[in-house]
Amino acid sequence: MNQLSQTLERFGGVYLLPVFVALVAFVLIGAPSSWVTLTVAGLAMGMMIFLMASGLSLIFGLMDVLNFGHSAFISFGAFISASALAYMSGWLGSAHIGLNLLAIFLAFSAALAFGLVAGWFFEVVIIKPVYHDHLRQILITMGALIVSEQIILAVWGGSPITVQRPAFLEGSWLFGNVTVEIYRAFAFVLGLAVYIALFLVLKRTRIGLLIRAGVENREMVEALGFRIDRLFVGVFMVGSALAALGGAMWAGYETLITPALGGEMMIVVFIVVIIGGLGSVEGTLLGAIMVGLMANYIGFLAPKLALASNMLLMMAILLWRPSGLKPAVK
Amino acid sequence: MTLLSVNQMKTSIGQYHVLHDVTFDVPEGGVFVLLGRNGAGKTTTLRSIMGLWTPSANSVHFKGEDISGLHASDIARKGIAFVPENMGVFGGLTVEENLVLATAKGKFDATRLKRIYQLFPALEQFWTKQAWSLSGGQKQMLAVARAIIEPRALILIDEPTKGLAPSIIDAMAEAFLEIGETTTILLVEQNFNFAKRLGRDMAVIDDGRIVHTGTMAGFAADTALQEQLLSLSA
Repeated sequence: MNQLSQTLERFGGVYLLPVFVALVAFVLIGAPSSWVTLTVAGLAMGMMIFLMASGLSLIFGLMDVLNFGHSAFISFGAFISASALAYMSGWLGSAHIGLNLLAIFLAFSAALAFGLVAGWFFEVVIIKPVYHDHLRQILITMGALIVSEQIILAVWGGSPITVQRPAFLEGSWLFGNVTVEIYRAFAFVLGLAVYIALFLVLKRTRIGLLIRAGVENREMVEALGFRIDRLFVGVFMVGSALAALGGAMWAGYETLITPALGGEMMIVVFIVVIIGGLGSVEGTLLGAIMVGLMANYIGFLAPKLALASNMLLMMAILLWRPSGLKPAVK
Repeated sequence: MTLLSVNQMKTSIGQYHVLHDVTFDVPEGGVFVLLGRNGAGKTTTLRSIMGLWTPSANSVHFKGEDISGLHASDIARKGIAFVPENMGVFGGLTVEENLVLATAKGKFDATRLKRIYQLFPALEQFWTKQAWSLSGGQKQMLAVARAIIEPRALILIDEPTKGLAPSIIDAMAEAFLEIGETTTILLVEQNFNFAKRLGRDMAVIDDGRIVHTGTMAGFAADTALQEQLLSLSA
């Protein structure tokens, strides 16, 4: 068993898991075109969930804060982006790709800017007084989530809102029998770009080094001369902004959003953070891709099991690796 | 000249009063050893000096300045380094990254790095390895190297020999003697032979109070006092 484990590690270890799942699904599905469509959909879904979950993982790992209000940023990101896109509907329908790109850039920027500002407010006013007290963190962040949902209801109403997409992201590409939805490909590329940016910041910069060290041992970082509480604010702002961006992308993916969106996504986001391993961006990406792939494959192969697929995946992974697939702390 | 002065320091952790009256002076240069039985308050004393637990007001002076209310990061920037009992190395970071983090500007001073390689050759060998893969002794070397990668006036070291093999303890003693030539060390230790070899001055703490201060040579010669304060048999 040990030898098998070492051999697996040599060939990529847990990173092989999505490949293994995809291969098994290929055999079970049988039709290559359906398999490619489902795989692309799973990867795109995984990348959007990654955006929503990566911030929570860092906040959880670095600050030891259980932020149940994280989904409020997802919801606000989705609604702010949807409103911005509706305001720029003229640009969205334009045949000029530059105007399309500008509209989506501004809509996503609005969601990101909201996430940064609201993240700062949330950390300083709501989270800071309850550091080191998990019970109060749960209570106060749940309370903040309820207030946030009520604000969304008051501003946008309770009816579902249709989200417009830019013309250049509508439709699909056809490769033989294989259909790839353009928005999904876009979501995958954008998610990958954010992952690469996060990876480079964490691995190649001094701030990233401090965050990685802080996830392991906050006290020691302070004993080395750094104010970790200032780092907390920055990480919380970035984590909230990423959640808002993920919400904005998810809104474009679903095209119909309700105030309950954040709450619905929160369960998936927590599952991803737990199976990925706390505080680890690589683990979160791996977990998100696994959840995305499994949801699509099981939804196709055994629709009745689709709702339970995430829970079953989490159970299986935690039985195998209780600390998650790629925890930040060994 | 006194570098660190601890005066009637009291520390509470939650509802427990751990330190009742800790008073001692650490002179500049050499190794000052704080001895005591298990649970006497040695670690709490170091953590209180470092600002990781809050000591009573006006009870810790470093180079004449009151540091008792300062944040740990501010105390570190004044030139005090801390090597905790659990070593505090960052397992997910490489040896190099652990050391880079301890530098003020993210760059190594070539002379100091060379000195570290001489003191702890294993660190050069495992430079790019993640710290979790190091042995206990190598982790301790890394923890000490991190404390001396920048010029520091005082290094607080908590039980560095705990769980280490005798050969590693010997190497560590040599390293501490060399470091002590240029930097003051406040060492908490239970291994009396190790402490005796290094210490110039010393204090004994018991039940949160300093019960004896003096020179290590004097204490080492007085077996009755050792028996009384540390339950050491001759």
